[in-house]
Amino acid sequence: MSMPTDTTAAAEPVMMSYREAVNAAIDDSLAEDPAVVFLGEDIANEGGVFKTNAGLPEKHPGRVINTPICENGFTGVALGMAVVGMRPIVEFMFADFMPTAGDAIVNELPKYRFMSGGMLSVPVAMRVISGAGGRFGTQHSASGESWFMGQPGLRVAASGTPAAAYELIRAAVRANDPVIVHEHKLLYLNQAPVRRGAVAEMGRASIEREGTDVTIVATMLMVHRAMQAANLLEDEGISAEVIDLRWIRPLDLATVTESVEKTGRLVVAEEQWHDAGWGASLISRLTMAGTSMTTAPRSVSLPDDMLIPYAPPLEDEMLPSVDRIADEVRASLMS
Amino acid sequence: MPQPTERRLEWYRQMVRIRVFEDRVQELFLNGRIEGTTHLCQGQEAVSVGAIAAMEPGDVQTNTYRGHGEALALGMSFETAMAELMGKATGGSKGLGGSMHLIDTAKGNIGANAIVGAGMPIAVGAAMAFKLRSEPHVALTFMGDGSTNIGTFHESMNMAATWGAPVVFIVANNLYGEYSPVRMTTPIDDLARRAEPYDMPGVIADGQDVEAVYEAAAEAVARARAGEGPSLLEMKTYRYRGHSRSDPAKYRPEGELEEWQQRDPLLVLGRRLLEAGDMTEAGQADLVAEAEADVAAAIEAAEAAPYLTLEEAASHVYAD
Repeated sequence: MSMPTDTTAAAEPVMMSYREAVNAAIDDSLAEDPAVVFLGEDIANEGGVFKTNAGLPEKHPGRVINTPICENGFTGVALGMAVVGMRPIVEFMFADFMPTAGDAIVNELPKYRFMSGGMLSVPVAMRVISGAGGRFGTQHSASGESWFMGQPGLRVAASGTPAAAYELIRAAVRANDPVIVHEHKLLYLNQAPVRRGAVAEMGRASIEREGTDVTIVATMLMVHRAMQAANLLEDEGISAEVIDLRWIRPLDLATVTESVEKTGRLVVAEEQWHDAGWGASLISRLTMAGTSMTTAPRSVSLPDDMLIPYAPPLEDEMLPSVDRIADEVRASLMS
Repeated sequence: MPQPTERRLEWYRQMVRIRVFEDRVQELFLNGRIEGTTHLCQGQEAVSVGAIAAMEPGDVQTNTYRGHGEALALGMSFETAMAELMGKATGGSKGLGGSMHLIDTAKGNIGANAIVGAGMPIAVGAAMAFKLRSEPHVALTFMGDGSTNIGTFHESMNMAATWGAPVVFIVANNLYGEYSPVRMTTPIDDLARRAEPYDMPGVIADGQDVEAVYEAAAEAVARARAGEGPSLLEMKTYRYRGHSRSDPAKYRPEGELEEWQQRDPLLVLGRRLLEAGDMTEAGQADLVAEAEADVAAAIEAAEAAPYLTLEEAASHVYAD
């Protein structure tokens, strides 16, 4: 079992919702280091749009700062704060808003240290509220988790469980480089044990369920659905190992390779289009490394030429479901 | 208010050094001894020197790809700057940045940005950090006229004014955004007017006169330091060269360059120093000769210096 977490300073696990885990991670980060500040649109108003920030402005006066609606501007502000010694956390209310900060995310944050010859560091943690299924329509439903995975200078993470939500934010704030952490808006109510004080290890995936017949690698909502699919499959006598990838840049090839060498089969479950996504990269890397597989790897992802619609039944139909994940697993066992 | 003679002499010396440096850099790029492109600031030296002179220790600034003037005015040595331009390991950014990224945090130079407008929010962020930590520092951000048309200008001015950030926006209006005259891309001539919607002072200064630049900048810096918020300064100036290495600036009307050269920043201050008897023509020539010797030595040292290995360079992508 891989240990994706430094638990040296961790408390005993307690049941917590994914939303509470996010809140606790920001709270603990602000409490840990006076250099930490938290910036974003409406983050200090009524707990923020997804109520992740309740109580934080009162507990940390002056350090939870509402910004105007200007992602490129306030992400640049975070960079400026970082280069003079602060450790800002930035919230993107929807992943879909990240491209408006494209310059900050692609040209500034990842390159700033490099073009100073390593003189500067840019400890900026970006929390991104991602994902479909919330009836938010096509411009508020992106996962966005692979948009920036090809960019050296950035780290990208995505949280599939309350523990991941807590530990990845803690890791992102402690990192001395820019880190993007995606949260899925449909997971906020999920409850699971969280060790407060634990910090995710950079680049380590988490094996959420051990199995011997097939490896399912997933992120965010797909982790949740892959776990449900694995339960269904267990009744059919199929033993699925489920890995919450946690880190999209860097990919934890070691953990996935070890699992696939054991099971001989790989299914990636991603709430994004397959092309140019982490699933494609993972399969490419494993293939190039000659990882032995009994059957060809499979992907369950969004339909190639379809956008996320508002119409609720269509939105549901488009997202990889528990049944589709289970179907791909069955297919990988048959082919 | 007239500045002490020593200070004016120092400003003159700095402007000479920037001019000589830029002239030599131009040669090096044109004859291929330095590869790629560069954006020179001859004609705009007073803007860099006058505004930087208003900074105190602990203050910071961001500038642009046309940033050699600011970097040198902040005290970067010719050796460090030239090595960076040549991509050598002895450069300020170990050769990884090049001409557009002369950076030195220890001297308050927290960024030279090759993306138009990108330095502004960074300066606002640094200023907000100072404000949050109750430190008495100010951030300056240098930009060209073209920067006032990009989104970060609005975003940064709006945030700075809303939050009362101790930041000074300095537009070097050199009349051309890349190859386009200001009026081809912008509906007004006086860019300082763009301060008004943000309820901050918008001040026009003579960018050819280092003393006028200093006075405007010092006032804005003092205002910011006193907690009275940001200002927008427009420096009316002119760049003698094209936008970048490959631009001969043929789009300029005949005689325009020569007209501006009548008010060359070195002439404007130089005449005053001569008239006041604070400097002789021979003294001026000595400064040029000294700068030329220094830049020649810097070129020699930079050419002899090694490059980083790719492996060494890769170690500067991530801090962790």
